[in-house]
This record gives sequence, structure tokens and C-alpha cells, in this order.
Amino acid sequence: MGKRRVAIVGTGQTLHRSHRPDVNGQELIHEAVRIALADAGLTIADIDAVVIGNMDHFEGINAVDCWSVDGTGGTMKPVIKLTTGGTTGSTLAIGGVHLVASGMFDRVLIVGWEKNSESDTTGAITTAFDPVWDRLVFAGAISGLAAEAQAYMARYGATDRDAARVAVRDRRHACNNPHAQLRKPITIEDVLASPMLADPIHLLDVCPRTDGACAVIMACEGVAEKLTPVPDWIWATANRHTYTYLGDVNWGELDSMSEAAQELFAKAGIREPRKEIDVIELYQPYSFAGIIWIEDMGLVERGKGAEYIWSGATDMGGELPINPSGGVIACNPIGATGLIRCAEAALQIMGKAEARQVPDAKIAVSTGFGGCMWTDMLLHGRKKPDF
Amino acid sequence: MEHTAIIGIGMTTIEAQKPRDTFADMAWEAVTRALADAGIGFDDIDNVITTSNDFWDGRTISCMAVSDASGARHKNVSCVEGDGTFGAFYGLCRILSGAYGTTLVTAHSKGSESVSSLITNAAFDPLTDRALGLDALTAAAIQANMYMHRTGTTPEEAALVSVKNHGNARHNSYAQLPMEITVQDVLTSEMVADPLHKLDCSPVSDGCCAIILASEARARTIGRKPVWVKGVAFCSDAYYLGDRNLAEAPALIEAARKAYAQAGIANPTAEIQVAEVYDAFGFQELMWIEAMGLCGTERAGKLLADGRFGIRDRLAVNPSGGLLSGHPVIAAGLIRMAEVVRQLRGEAGAYQVDGARMGVAHGINGICGQSHCVWVLGSEQ
Repeated sequence: MGKRRVAIVGTGQTLHRSHRPDVNGQELIHEAVRIALADAGLTIADIDAVVIGNMDHFEGINAVDCWSVDGTGGTMKPVIKLTTGGTTGSTLAIGGVHLVASGMFDRVLIVGWEKNSESDTTGAITTAFDPVWDRLVFAGAISGLAAEAQAYMARYGATDRDAARVAVRDRRHACNNPHAQLRKPITIEDVLASPMLADPIHLLDVCPRTDGACAVIMACEGVAEKLTPVPDWIWATANRHTYTYLGDVNWGELDSMSEAAQELFAKAGIREPRKEIDVIELYQPYSFAGIIWIEDMGLVERGKGAEYIWSGATDMGGELPINPSGGVIACNPIGATGLIRCAEAALQIMGKAEARQVPDAKIAVSTGFGGCMWTDMLLHGRKKPDF
Repeated sequence: MEHTAIIGIGMTTIEAQKPRDTFADMAWEAVTRALADAGIGFDDIDNVITTSNDFWDGRTISCMAVSDASGARHKNVSCVEGDGTFGAFYGLCRILSGAYGTTLVTAHSKGSESVSSLITNAAFDPLTDRALGLDALTAAAIQANMYMHRTGTTPEEAALVSVKNHGNARHNSYAQLPMEITVQDVLTSEMVADPLHKLDCSPVSDGCCAIILASEARARTIGRKPVWVKGVAFCSDAYYLGDRNLAEAPALIEAARKAYAQAGIANPTAEIQVAEVYDAFGFQELMWIEAMGLCGTERAGKLLADGRFGIRDRLAVNPSGGLLSGHPVIAAGLIRMAEVVRQLRGEAGAYQVDGARMGVAHGINGICGQSHCVWVLGSEQ
């Protein structure tokens, strides 16, 4: 896609926990930045620009790009803030790709972070929706997800047991990931017995609230190969923020994912995604999405998502492992979450995913979800893009 | 840097209050005007960058309010939070990357629905500074005192900025506060934060701006009157006011230096005919144009008192009336760019700067201009 090829050369994640009272926001950011710089073998002096993002109303800090420079090391450097809600982390990654590909910067530091413990998450998300049409009747994160799940279940007969299987998968995978917040396996019965939040979504179907930060360093071709023996090359990016009003959404299908996936795969020359992709880090904020969105991504036919999940194909060792990290259900510092998907996909390609490594992963997909049923996507490859 | 151009601009009028318009209404107006200005349709737009701020909009994910009105539904889209000049920078990078041939950039805010003091107070660190009650205005007053102390700039000289800019705005039908005032009017207006009088300060405003950026190839095929991007750079100073020398603007000096280097400008005072800078407060215009190298070794206030920087000067500063005559934050810097485009096309009417071939537009993020973005635009490729 680009004039210049772009690769991820280093990643850093903080200790992700429900509360990190030991650090303030700048210190949390600094923790991730320091690890990413060390991972890439760089110092802050090597960084040409900083891209940062979070969701303002969770911490109540305005102009975070300016406030955060003591954490990012951005003083007397170009610093830019991108924010798009839940998709913020993936939006940051896509931003980093374009900044490096533009030729303006050779090495860019990308930081996503959130201290969710300082927020009223639902209170803040509620204000995202139109104050006249949506906010009073249909707002917050979980109501839209419940509508999607209900619409899908009505159409295809899927059950909450099917969804629970997805939650069980991700929580089992999380046990292999030292960065995950929830590292305790659960059973289908645990999920179904957990409190009902918004029918059909149980407590254990959804993501937690997390304090955490993620930093990713991207570099241009020529620089990347010198920094790491196996850079994670970004083959393509695509996104759709299809809707503004919840009432417009085509409930039961994720239109933004269908459109973005088609564009992403076309850009990268992927014809049979299920066969060609080795691992996916899916921004899956609740379990039903693990069934529905793999259909929208074109991995399986409409209505066949649950069957594919039950087959074990998306488990570690299966045909196409999804969320080896444990995904969003196990850890969710919102402004960082999409960037963590990107960083985890990079670790898979670079062969640095340790206990959660998918053997010989050559092509990976990472995604972001947020806003009004929006999707961001990146395609990662071990091979240098051939365009 | 490869050649790129601005091929369309559109903006709403800047008003104290637009009670009839939602964010989406304002965006739709600016976007459709930019498309009409460029003579193209939504199909010619490859991707979209919106620019907004959740605090000013009172909405989380504030970009959501305008993405459909910006025609982004079936396109790649992203959102920059900060001044519109930064949004435009990301839009430009998406073209330079080769991924897209055109980018539509929008920026909006409605100050009328906001409480400026609370919103800018929220930019101060919650643990160390915020409880002091500082906001954009009181911090700027500290900066004004430090700048005036360092340079010897007088309150009368700073007041001349307001006199000039409100006067210029009389020729600009988009401006909110066209006024014929005197230095005495400024100095006798209410003291809001010593040494800043009410007329030293920009107003609260509603407005939206849109521009369309294009690659050289697309500008050649669909651009009717391209204005070329010659250079662009941005840079952030330190955060805590105590860590900065507020009387100087090192981040602006650095951003301008880089942008001029890209543009091949060795002597900005001789090579630039028009500057649209972020005059949120009168003294800041003086401070910024010094940092941007537009005054040589001279003091901006002295040059202004000598009659420089008017519409008829060889270097006009804020011929549109600047932010003192209308300040919708976020959109403000993008409006500066649109105004420079107007000048370089020779379409600025009664505030046209004669012979404008090279112009500079400026935007800021953060308190007291912590982070600056500088665009150098030219009428010739």
C-alpha cells in the first residue's frame, strides 16, 4: 500500500491490572514505553515522532498528547493524538503505519493507554451517543452488544451456551499470557451462572475494566531489518466507522467488519482468509462477537460461526487460533486494547509470543472495535510485502 | 517531500452561537462547501480525517457526531484530537504514504455549548496543577507577563494586535467580531487576567472548517486551483509550566525551522507575504511571529507600532482578522490554512494581500502553545 514499507520492531506492555494505584498516568505510559524501547534496542533519542491515544473522559484529562510527554518522552518532538473510542488502539497503529510510510518519520513510537479504574466507564461511553435520538434510550457499551447478540440469535438460533464456549476459550488462552489481567480458567457453567447484565450477556461474557498501557515502535524498511532479525511487516490496513446513530445499525451483522475485511484482504492479496491466515487477535469485547464477527470477516459462512468455534478450530493448536493472548475478555485497558491486539499479532509474527506462540505464524490479523459498531483492521506478515 | 496540494476549502461563518446547528450540521455545511469549491463530489474523496475534542464537545468519541456528515461511511476514516492543523498533518501523511490520493479533513467545535474555563482547566495535571484553578486564560496571563518582561513589549503594542485584527475582520464576511477600535478601547476594556483586558482575548465561537488535500497526480487531474504544500512540521514543548520558559516558544522555533527547510525558505521575512497565526491573545501573535522568524532580529511589538503587518504590508499577519475576531477551537488552525489558501489564490477580496505567493499557517495544542504545527503553502509548485 505504501510508498515505504513499514514494520513493527518493538513492543511493550505494562503490568495490566484492574487497579494500578502504584502509578499515575504518565508513569503507566512510561512503563510501556521503556519496555518497547528496550525491546527494539532503541533509546528515546532515536524516536522521530510520538502517536498517543486514550479516551479523554475516562481519566478526565484534556489534551493528553501535551500532558503525557513526561511519560512518552515526547518533549521537543512531534506528538499527535488520535482517538476514536474503542477503536483508539487500532487507530493509533494505523496512524503509525501512515506516518512512517509517508517518509516524514523513520521511527515512530505509538502509545495507547487507559486508567479505567479512575473512570465511570459506562457513564462516559453513554455521552458518545446523540443526546436527542440515542442517549436516553439506547446508550453505553453493553446495550448495543446485547441488541447485536439478540438479533443474531433470533436469525440463526445460536445460544448463550455457544457464546460461553468463546469466553472459555479466551480465558484458557489468557493463562498463557503473563500480561493478561484475568488468568484463571472458567467453565461454560461458570459463564451461564454468572450474573445477567443485559440479556443474553452474562458477566463472564464481557471484558473487564483494566489499567494498562501498550507501546509499539514502527520503523521504515532499511531501518527495521537492522533493529530486529524478524520485523513484523504491515501488509495492509483498512477500517470502517460506518454508523453515527445506533438506530441505523444493521443489527446481527457487523457491516464495518465485512467491508473492512474485504478491503484488507484485497489489498494484501488474501483470497482464502481461513487457510492463509495463521492467527487472529480479534478485538472481541464480548463472547458473542467471537461467533458473529468471524462470519463478517469471511472466515465461515453466515450462521456457521458457532459450529466452527465448537470444532476447536480457533483454540490453540487448531486450524486458526484466535486470541492466543486471551483477548479483550481477559484484559481491557480501552485506549490500549486495540494496540495490544496489534502488538500481540506482532509478537506472533516475530516469534516472540513465548507460551502463547502459534507455531510458525506467517500471516496474522489484528482488529479494533468501538464507536457505533466500528471496525479497524491490520494485516501482519513475516515476509516483506511484495508491493 | 513529494508534491501535494490543497484543492478545496469550505467553512461555516464563525459566530458566537449557532443554536440552529448540531455538530453534524456544521460539518455538512463546511464539507459540501469544500467539495463545491474543489468542483468534485464525495466519490473523489478517498479517505476522511475528522478533528475534534471530547471535552469541548461534551461527548466521548466526539468524532462519531460528524463522521456521517463528512461522508465517511464507506471510506477509511480516522480522527485526530487537537487543532485542525494536526488533523490536516495526518491527512497529508495518508496521501504521502501512497495509500490515498485525496483526504478530506474537517475540524469543528461549539464553544457556545462549553465552559471554556473548566475545559481548559482539565488540561492541567489533576495531581499537581489543576487545583490551583489555572485555565487557558490565567495561564496566558502568566505567559503575557513573562513575554512582556523579557522583551519589553508594552500593553499598548499588544493592544495594537487587537486593533489591527478586528479592523481586518471588517473585510471578512465569515468573521464573528469585525470592529473598529482603538488602543484606548482595548486598554480600558475590562481587565480579565492581568495584564490581559477583555479586548486582548479571543471570543468564544462556534464553527467548522473543511479542506481537501490531494496528491500531485490527483491535484493535476481534478484540482481547479491547487495551492501547494511546501513544508509542514510540528513539535511539543515540555508539559509543566514550571518546566518551560513561557516567555519563549522553542517548540514553535523548531517546527518553523523544519517547515522552512522543507520549503527551501532561507529568509522567511523576505520570502513569505502572508501569515495566519494562532492569536488567541493579542500578545501571542507578537510572540509567535518572532518565534517563526518573521521579524528578523527586531521586536514584533515595535514593528507593529511602526505600522507593519497590515493587509498592505509586505508581510501581512492575520489579514482575515485572526482568532481575535472569531475562535472556534479545533477548527481554528484549519481556518488559518483555509485563509492562507484564499490569499494564495487571490480570492480574499477586500483583505487580499497583494502579490501573495508564499504563506504560513499556524496552529497550537495545549496550554500557552505547548505544541505547535506550522504549514508553509505556496501558489506555485
